[in-house]
Amino acid sequence: MLVFFFILFGAMAIGCALAVVAQRNPLYSAISLIGVFISLACLYVMLAAPFIAAVQVIVYAGAIMVLVVFVIMLLNVEEEERRRPRLRFLVPAAIALAGVLIAEAAFILVSVQESRVVPTSSTSDVGLTQSIGSALFTQYLLPFEITSILLLMAIVGAMTLARRGALLPGRDQSKRSD
Amino acid sequence: MDSQTAIDIALKFAAITVAFVVVLLVVAYTVLAERRVLGFIQGRLGPNRVGPGGMLQPFADLLKFILKEDIVPDKSTRFVYFLAPVIATMAALMTMIVYPFGPEIPIPFTDIVIPLTVARFDVALLYVLGITSVGVYGIMLAGWSSNNKYSLMGGLRASAQMISYELGLGLSLIGIILLAGTLDLARIVELQSGWHGFRWFIFFHPLGFVIYMIAAIAETNRVPFDLPEAETELVAGFHTEYSAMKFALFFLAEYINMFTVSMLATTLFLGGWNVPFAEDIFGRPSFMFGLVSAIGFLLKVIFFLFLYIWLRGTLPRFRFDQLMNFGWKILLPFALLSIFITATLIFLFPNSF
Repeated sequence: MLVFFFILFGAMAIGCALAVVAQRNPLYSAISLIGVFISLACLYVMLAAPFIAAVQVIVYAGAIMVLVVFVIMLLNVEEEERRRPRLRFLVPAAIALAGVLIAEAAFILVSVQESRVVPTSSTSDVGLTQSIGSALFTQYLLPFEITSILLLMAIVGAMTLARRGALLPGRDQSKRSD
Repeated sequence: MDSQTAIDIALKFAAITVAFVVVLLVVAYTVLAERRVLGFIQGRLGPNRVGPGGMLQPFADLLKFILKEDIVPDKSTRFVYFLAPVIATMAALMTMIVYPFGPEIPIPFTDIVIPLTVARFDVALLYVLGITSVGVYGIMLAGWSSNNKYSLMGGLRASAQMISYELGLGLSLIGIILLAGTLDLARIVELQSGWHGFRWFIFFHPLGFVIYMIAAIAETNRVPFDLPEAETELVAGFHTEYSAMKFALFFLAEYINMFTVSMLATTLFLGGWNVPFAEDIFGRPSFMFGLVSAIGFLLKVIFFLFLYIWLRGTLPRFRFDQLMNFGWKILLPFALLSIFITATLIFLFPNSF
């Protein structure tokens, strides 16, 4: 049963991920990316980490991708016509990097199977709300606070960039119109 | 797969089917109730011809939707155009499985105990928020794929509004999570059963309740926040180009969402299925206690649905800039204030919560 669902959601994730890259229409890519996030959330549920799954859906599918789709809709991006890629040298580089990535994944898989360490129990409490909460506010308090300050800085920075036109109305707005 | 697993899966499927049918029936009659109550508010009768007192009107409407011609705009983006109503309805229906409709009911003369919740898990509240946030895509994609200016504007407005008010909605629930110390909806209801079934969280977190109600009305795109489908400006908003059954699916999703936020308000703020003094009269667990509690839950939800209809008959519509200003400059600070107050009270008097 578990194997069946693993194959189902894994195949969904890979299929959607391929579609993200292969689609020419940016909106279709965005929809495929949402599919990737939702299949990943299903995989997290199967790993007994419901909190991470819920957060995955809320943050990625529910917030970030909504903004991405929003921007695509607002800009009304046209379908990109097929043309020969200008940066030709990137193609072999990409293939080489993908090869390195696959080799790394294979190495990890092999070394995991060879290692003698057995998992302590089949059900862990890593992904539960309580364990994540207590870990965040005790052991990892400093990284947590630094991350929130970083996010606050990003918000303030975005505000400053967006307000620049409003602060200097004359010249900047005429620049913006073109 | 052994036979026990198969029976469990079959029982879950049956429970989900029963929950969906009940929800769809309640939704169908909410539509009828809305038309009749609006009729009485406006000094007319409303639909009262089909069946006794108009009781069969929902089925007549459904038949009409099925039989109408299904028009697909020529220049629409086909696949997304078909996908959008499906996403909207699915996201609306998927949250139904976590609500505790009532306590466990023991059937008399047998030792069968029926739990009135389809699924109970650790992060039920987050699950509801996550699925609701995915529901935005239905509206956005409908607006985009129709290839119509009004649809696009309606979809953009709807998604901007839903993103903005999701903040207030989520923040108003933090106080409840602080009070309960859990995200499990069934446990949250259990915690409210003190004081003879009257220990409702609304008394501990009243500001949060007001904010939740306002944000919930905006989330479901209802009057006075129904800017996405403002007829005078946008024809019918994101569903301008949708007809027949596809329009019916959007219609259905809107009313299921109304029902969902009403159930969430009942569960989190008004004690869920806790009916005052029911436990003292009937004892627990007993069949009567379960029945009275489930009916109490339904009555509370119906109160919220009536509130929605009442507001629709009473209030005019916001302007779009007013809507955004209200969401970001009033609702959000007050939601933060309510969290601050509740957290401070819990910190100062940890024993009384």
